[in-house]
Amino acid sequence: MSGFDTVTHAVYLACAVCFVLGLHLMTSPVTARRGNQLSAAGMLAAIATTVVVLARDGQATLLAAVTLTLGIAVGAVAGAVAAHRVKMTAMPQLVSVFNAVGGGAAALIAVGDAVAQSHSGDLAAEPVRVTLTTVLDVLIGGVTLSGSLVASGKLAGVLPGRPIAVPAGRWINLALALAVVAAGGAYLTGNGGLAVLCLVVAAALGIGVVMTLPIGGADMPVVISLLNAFTGTAVAMAGFVIGSTPLIIAGALVGAAGAILTKLMADAMNRSIGAIIAGGFGTGDENAGGPAAGATGTVRQTTVDDAAIQLAYASKVIIVPGYGLAAAQAQHEVVALAQALTERGVDVSYGIHPVAGRMPGHMNVLLAEANAPYTELKDIDEINPEFARADVALVVGANDVTNPAARRPGNPVSGMPILDVDHAKSVIVVKRSLGHGYAGIDNELYTQPNTAMLFSDAKAGLTALLAGLHAYVS
Amino acid sequence: MTPLLFADITVFVLSLLVGFEVISKVPATLHTPLMSGANAIHGVVIVGVMLIAANTTTPVGYGLLLLAAAFAAMNVAGGYIVTDRMLAMFKARPAEQGVRS
Repeated sequence: MSGFDTVTHAVYLACAVCFVLGLHLMTSPVTARRGNQLSAAGMLAAIATTVVVLARDGQATLLAAVTLTLGIAVGAVAGAVAAHRVKMTAMPQLVSVFNAVGGGAAALIAVGDAVAQSHSGDLAAEPVRVTLTTVLDVLIGGVTLSGSLVASGKLAGVLPGRPIAVPAGRWINLALALAVVAAGGAYLTGNGGLAVLCLVVAAALGIGVVMTLPIGGADMPVVISLLNAFTGTAVAMAGFVIGSTPLIIAGALVGAAGAILTKLMADAMNRSIGAIIAGGFGTGDENAGGPAAGATGTVRQTTVDDAAIQLAYASKVIIVPGYGLAAAQAQHEVVALAQALTERGVDVSYGIHPVAGRMPGHMNVLLAEANAPYTELKDIDEINPEFARADVALVVGANDVTNPAARRPGNPVSGMPILDVDHAKSVIVVKRSLGHGYAGIDNELYTQPNTAMLFSDAKAGLTALLAGLHAYVS
Repeated sequence: MTPLLFADITVFVLSLLVGFEVISKVPATLHTPLMSGANAIHGVVIVGVMLIAANTTTPVGYGLLLLAAAFAAMNVAGGYIVTDRMLAMFKARPAEQGVRS
């Protein structure tokens, strides 16, 4: 190992340390921004080192250098502009696009490497260490590329958010999987070369589409996490193909992050990952049920004025924002109401379920954007003991995650972690109708004696509550 | 199984474990920035793209290289910027100019 190699390897190691420490600093909102900047600094160092390595080796042709520079310039500008302009509500689809291109780039590395090998030497002579990881990289990267683009399209509303049934989807998936196994096997045994690798690419892209289309909008947090884990794994495989340790380390870190979030999200929705991938019964953006969909028991309705007065004279209010609030983009309205109550001396906090919003933790970002202090954003374990002391729990656009039926066995939400909203002295639910959430069952919270319903769209209802607060309480 | 492959697998498995250990402590409040930040980290794939540029000599290769470079650069630049924008919004106290009444 030459002195130069020693230095480059040391820098790559330092970059990997930056990534790990960066992620570690993300465990607290106080240090998280610094963590991301540390991770970015590590990335810049890795890129700069690679530039030096390329320049020193002098192996790359001038045309390759120009192509590389041009591609990086175009991609970097496109990414930076999109990142600067995106609205926080549109964050999930953009992150999904970044995930897609990351997976795509990882797959292209393996394909590019194979193209170079077939040109310069005998592709069939490649060791299994390379060919096996090439097939895995191309497969996982391809699935991620097309799957993330479909997910992004669903989140952006370009594709319908509801589950789209693919005719004979299972058979198509099976056929594609067999094609991958056959073509991948041929590639591994040194038969077919680039042609069969292209077949693996095509089949992987198909699997990504067929897998993501039937998944409903409410299951998106799980899907995005899973695709994130896939990209990490694909990048690690690319690292195996070209023998680059930083790619293996960073890819494994991201794979672990994605896997943890996938598990957390699936648990929080009371669904197995397999059931979500099988798809087909998640809901879209709209509530599935019509008005008063088969509600049993008496539902008490309240008016804006009564609700506003109740909130104004409470000493402790917990706001529970859900998917409906994110869909109605009412984060500014809810924070404005919370601030008006805080000014009156009411103790206000937010109880946030892990799957509220369209990607893991999305609701926290929306509320932070609307200027809610993060000290008021409480997660499920932190807020649940507080409900018993709350005078009013204000539920906005959340459904299944507040259903007390989850504490009993034998129904679709059994065992799901819920917010203990029903423990509050009184509950006000702002919701458009008594329609069902994705679990498709009645919410027992709505028929409890201490619950009052305020039928309204989240945005309109919160605006009216704020106006009522100002009108009746000066 | 070559020693080289075994070394790579060792690094991969240990990195996975480090990832599980570090990330399982991240609070739910920060899950979106975490995912977005992790997303930016897999932008390290750009290093791989740069390395294969050294062996690129065919027209097909140049086409793939251009696409891969654009993809990876978009991933890195966009990922870090969007994560930073998000984290800048997390404040312990609301900013004065942002208070609505």
